Amino acid sequence: MDLSLSDEQKQLQDAAERFVRDKYAFENRRKIAATEKGWLPENWAQMAELGWLGMSFKEEDGGYGGGPIETMIVMEQFGKGLVLEPFLPTVVLGGGMIAAVGSAAQKEALLAPMIEGKKQFAFAWLERQSRYNLADVSLKATKEGSGWSLSGHKGVVYNAASADQIIVLARTAGSAREEKGLTLFVVDGNAKGLSRRDYPTQDSLRASELTFDKVSVGADAVLGTVDGAFPVAEDAVDRAIVALCAEATGCMDAVNAATLEYIKTRKQFGVPIGKFQVLQHRMVDCFTNAQEARSMTLMASLKIEDKDPVVRHKAASGAKVQIGKSGKFCGQSAVQMHGGMGVTDELSVSHYFKRLTMIDLMFGTQQHHLTRYSNLAMAA
Amino acid sequence: MDLALTPEHQAFADEVRDFARQNLSPATREKTFSGKHYDKADHVEWQKALGRKGWLPYTWPKKYGGPGWDVTRRFLFENVLAEEGAPRIIPFGVKMVGPVIYTFGTDEQKERFLPGIRSSEVAWCQGYSEPGAGSDLANLRTRAVREGDHYIVNGQKTWTSFAHWADWIFCLVRTNPDAKPQEGISFLLIDMKTPGVSVRPIIMTDGAHHVNDVFLDNVKVPVANRIGKEGEGWTCAKFLLANERLGIAEVPASKRGVRSLRDIARTEPQDGRTLADDPAFVAQIADIDLQVQALEMSELRALSTMALGGAPGPEVSTLKIRGSEIQQRIAELTMEAVGEYAQPYQPGMLFHDTNETPIGPDHAVPAAPRYFNMRKTSIYGGSNEIQKNIVSKMVLGL
Repeated sequence: MDLSLSDEQKQLQDAAERFVRDKYAFENRRKIAATEKGWLPENWAQMAELGWLGMSFKEEDGGYGGGPIETMIVMEQFGKGLVLEPFLPTVVLGGGMIAAVGSAAQKEALLAPMIEGKKQFAFAWLERQSRYNLADVSLKATKEGSGWSLSGHKGVVYNAASADQIIVLARTAGSAREEKGLTLFVVDGNAKGLSRRDYPTQDSLRASELTFDKVSVGADAVLGTVDGAFPVAEDAVDRAIVALCAEATGCMDAVNAATLEYIKTRKQFGVPIGKFQVLQHRMVDCFTNAQEARSMTLMASLKIEDKDPVVRHKAASGAKVQIGKSGKFCGQSAVQMHGGMGVTDELSVSHYFKRLTMIDLMFGTQQHHLTRYSNLAMAA
Repeated sequence: MDLALTPEHQAFADEVRDFARQNLSPATREKTFSGKHYDKADHVEWQKALGRKGWLPYTWPKKYGGPGWDVTRRFLFENVLAEEGAPRIIPFGVKMVGPVIYTFGTDEQKERFLPGIRSSEVAWCQGYSEPGAGSDLANLRTRAVREGDHYIVNGQKTWTSFAHWADWIFCLVRTNPDAKPQEGISFLLIDMKTPGVSVRPIIMTDGAHHVNDVFLDNVKVPVANRIGKEGEGWTCAKFLLANERLGIAEVPASKRGVRSLRDIARTEPQDGRTLADDPAFVAQIADIDLQVQALEMSELRALSTMALGGAPGPEVSTLKIRGSEIQQRIAELTMEAVGEYAQPYQPGMLFHDTNETPIGPDHAVPAAPRYFNMRKTSIYGGSNEIQKNIVSKMVLGL
């Protein structure tokens, strides 16, 4: 057993740390969030140049042969800076699914340019009624000549406005909530019949509601097998969850550090408030929570490519439960210990708190994943 | 023992309810129930209606133009109005500076300031906290130097709610820097239009603008605007804080929150059914429901003691702590009930009257912003840490 980073991994960590330090000073982030796209093309180009967009893919797919640990390393730093570039939807979700089940032609047309920073993706899985059930899909794809026609609605699709291609989870057979009968389609972001309503999210990211009105795609738009997309989507979401957990550990480290600094310097009653035992103990609990979050994230990153799907699912859900619990504790405590300053837009604390809160809501809350984990554990 | 109201008190509650139904604008009521933000006109229109009825200064004795109600009537008044979706009466005039003026002010000051407070013609804000004086309020630094029949005031106040709407601010200022911290403080009323007063908005986590910094730069304030003697401002401040007793637990808002949470659970889809069919989720609602009941009953016990002329026991000291935690938990569960659709941010719908349509369900729009915003309830009005210090010292003798 060895849980230490390799030299290459340490270099990656240093580079990601440097990137965040250089590009994501808090006021800078505010400016980036206010741009039209909500992220910076020059930052994206730099990520491509540094090899981050391809690092977790196999060499035969044009990648650099890394894996979930590399993703964990950069996502953690992104969490520290509250980075806005669409790494999760493009690389982890989109790129991940194309690498997993894409044809050689799809990998060449989509994955290769993505690694070079020339293509971005979005993953449209959620619908108004689906909550966290990936199989609760009613957007329909029907046969149309040799291709398909897609009609229906998708919601809260991150990065849809910037995505060159949107990967859509559609129903091609079966009834509502049936796992069989789902198919993934690669749809151009500007396809005819596809309309968008774009909006910012609570944490300054960008998402969209998508309406598909008889959007036509060719047979080559199918990603993976017809009717067989459920396990592909489930694995993709599990990988995204683990990446989000790493981002959350970065958020927790940063917000804990800011709070520690604050309680050491903020004086009331003639002493730094960190001299009060009630705050000392709460601060210790924050650090303990962040430790647990880091441990569960590392465990999940090490297990997320296990051959046994149950091991993968349990790892992702287990880590998400921990991140939900720890993120809430660290976020709420940071706000409380900052007092009035903690509830203003002015300090970064509230922005970490918002991001940690949204991470809990994404792909299933703590409660949802506790139930999923429990069901998997009981079935074993 | 009887949990039911006496016939007189029941008739009073009915009268208040009828008044609210006839006088509260449906648009304002709708904002309360949908969790949207009021603008100044919503508050003023409602408060003026109460003022015309003579009910706005509802805690005041008859002598100063109040209705002279007993403690039970005041409690019922607040609760019934909250149940009817009325905005909370902005406390700075009616509940704070008004009683300070009629208790410590001169006859001239009473004549000058009380009518505008009773009618809601004049809006007030509170200049207490400063950047270095939050929990430790007595550490305040805003300096007032006497020059003839004026004070020259310099300093900064912060977390000043509704300063941007206010005509006047009541301030704690330091008139004697050499006295002990609590002894060199005076209580001044300052016209917000005086040269040297400026207001800077503080934007909250959810994007809302309620609180402000207030800068006082060589502000000339007549000595006639001082309430009480010089150096006795702390007495006014303490009196004012003690005036805040019942109602701070926000029980009616939490009861409304639990009802609304159940309604949302009944409509939020999950696995072809609704969230109301999820035993794990509804058990969490039941848990918070019971916490609200315990809080309400504790408040009623304190009320009962006070109605019989006694001093409320330790339960009243813990109402604010539990009240804030409960409000926060309800907001958290409401956001979690909404799930992914709590993520879209629609400030237009939250803060302005727009034609915008919600991205998800209507109830999703304020869900996350409210959760963020409710974090302030365990911070303001004396943080929960400070409240617990008070309970452990004053109640438990530790």
